[in-house]
Amino acid sequence: MSTDILPAKEAAAPAASGPVARGRNTLRSKRRRDALRTLAFMSPWLIGFGFFFVYPMASTVYFSLMRYDGLNPPQWRGLDNWAYVFSDFPQFWPALQNTLWLCVVMVSCRVLFGLGIGLLITKIKSGAGVFRTLFYLPYLAPPVAATLAFVFLLNPGTGPVNSLLEAAGLPAPAWFNDAAWAKPALTVLAVWGVGDLMVIFMAALLDVPKEQYEAAQLDGAGPWQRFRHITLPNISPIILFAVVTGIISAMQYYTQPIVAAKVASGKMGGSGEVFVPGYPDDSTLTLPQLVYNLGFSQFNYGAACVIALVLFAFSMAFTALLMRRRGGLIGSGD
Amino acid sequence: MTTATAPSATSPAALRARRKALLQWIAVHALGVAAALFFVLPFVFVLLTSLMSDQQALTRDLTPDSWHWENYTKVFETEGFLTWWRNSLLYSGLGTLLVVVSSVPVAYALAKFRFRGRHLSMLLVIAMMMLPPQVVIIPMYLFWAKQMDLSGTLWPLIVPMAFGDAFAVFLLRQFLLTIPDEYVEAARIDGCGELRTLLRIVLPMAKPGIAAVALFQFFYCWNDYFGPQIYASENPGAWTLSYGLESFKGAHHTDWNLTMAATVLVMAPVILVFFFAQKAFVEGVTLTGVKG
Repeated sequence: MSTDILPAKEAAAPAASGPVARGRNTLRSKRRRDALRTLAFMSPWLIGFGFFFVYPMASTVYFSLMRYDGLNPPQWRGLDNWAYVFSDFPQFWPALQNTLWLCVVMVSCRVLFGLGIGLLITKIKSGAGVFRTLFYLPYLAPPVAATLAFVFLLNPGTGPVNSLLEAAGLPAPAWFNDAAWAKPALTVLAVWGVGDLMVIFMAALLDVPKEQYEAAQLDGAGPWQRFRHITLPNISPIILFAVVTGIISAMQYYTQPIVAAKVASGKMGGSGEVFVPGYPDDSTLTLPQLVYNLGFSQFNYGAACVIALVLFAFSMAFTALLMRRRGGLIGSGD
Repeated sequence: MTTATAPSATSPAALRARRKALLQWIAVHALGVAAALFFVLPFVFVLLTSLMSDQQALTRDLTPDSWHWENYTKVFETEGFLTWWRNSLLYSGLGTLLVVVSSVPVAYALAKFRFRGRHLSMLLVIAMMMLPPQVVIIPMYLFWAKQMDLSGTLWPLIVPMAFGDAFAVFLLRQFLLTIPDEYVEAARIDGCGELRTLLRIVLPMAKPGIAAVALFQFFYCWNDYFGPQIYASENPGAWTLSYGLESFKGAHHTDWNLTMAATVLVMAPVILVFFFAQKAFVEGVTLTGVKG
């Protein structure tokens, strides 16, 4: 059974299974029938791929070279949009910096915490099922609802978290209302929803061969040494998987920062005030928000497409990394 | 605690080992309780706040003085709230159905057929899976809004789901790989056509995988914020719960109690669905990353 993420290369060669060909003609017609059958089964995705991927990608490249506001016909502008985004658009570099911060801090916090919770759950003997459900539940909370809840929980005036922090004599930051604390607050929210990583790490930890631990224990290895020399090497592919997929989702981070900024600034739908993304002080800006902002608030489709292509390049670079390591990444070989 | 009692349970060494095991049990479970508090308390505070009076919700109190269950009725009576519910159900229900129906044959072909381009197709499926929706949104919006005149509705979000979803295809294929080829080959030798093999032989065995895909898709649609923001924002009649919730906060500026009640009502269906289908869901999460 192949546990590989992709079919082996040789599988791509047409292998006529089934009855051996009775003649050239029947073989050829069988091949044609097989090809048609494959085409039929693949057709929903082939249409989707062409229409929702190839066409819009080509179109995005085209618009990135045009000046287009949705009303007047597009005008050729060469690389003007690119120059504008990289040197004159004031929100591009802050958004990139925030993304870098999220990739480093948020992703490591999530991976470390997910691993810790995964380890903890494998050690819990009584009520493991209940604990697992409780740990997993926040991952399911719809992002808008969870973000709204955390803006309330962490609100500097009356929020329960700051009440508890002050009661304990600890400093109470302004969280989503302070440019220095907005990303840490988002990190707390992301760590709260660590259930997906917990499940993945739990499965990986349970897959580590028991004999290795027993042998190490006989050799007198302590808990830390067992973790360092047996657990870690065994689960390192899963850690890498968690880091790379974490980076990919950090680059796509959209709903939580935009909802947090809207609610914390008090400028959201229905309030009648214009919302400027990134509140406070560009600290929650991410690249996908710039696509929205440039395209759908400023109607500068050309520049929005430039950002979209930057986002595309980053996403595909990390996806390629994920694929290159697929052998060790997905499952423990065949 | 279930430590087996050794015959020499009274010897000092055995006593020490038992004490150590007991201490370890206590430490692990204390940590477990602390972690559980971290995960559960936000829900508890949200729930408690949703039952406060509007004045009390603006104070630092953690528990309500009097319980205001009518907050929930008030939320339901808010203009639009029921429409958002209906739209969320429509988007999630129809989206899930279309994705499952259109993704199963593709995943089956990728898992069980041998054909030229299979490797490349799988690469492209993964590339599409990792593609942020914002990358292609400008041309897609221009198409749906200017050519099809469908902005202000949820159709631009639902129709594409009839053409397979990369994540669903990927996950289903991983699941179908675990079904031995012999079943498929036996059916073929018996003269069973491919479609019948898929429907009669493979589908019944793939139920857990399909359940996981359906759940993921349902949650994806239910939680989607970006899609409705792009296509439906101009028409409150087409808003979904996830999108409407934020404007609910805008309209009820200082009523944290009502906002928290609405938040509970958005979270509740997802959590209910999870309790009914926990096993399939956790299996699905594991399938995405680890097992093939």
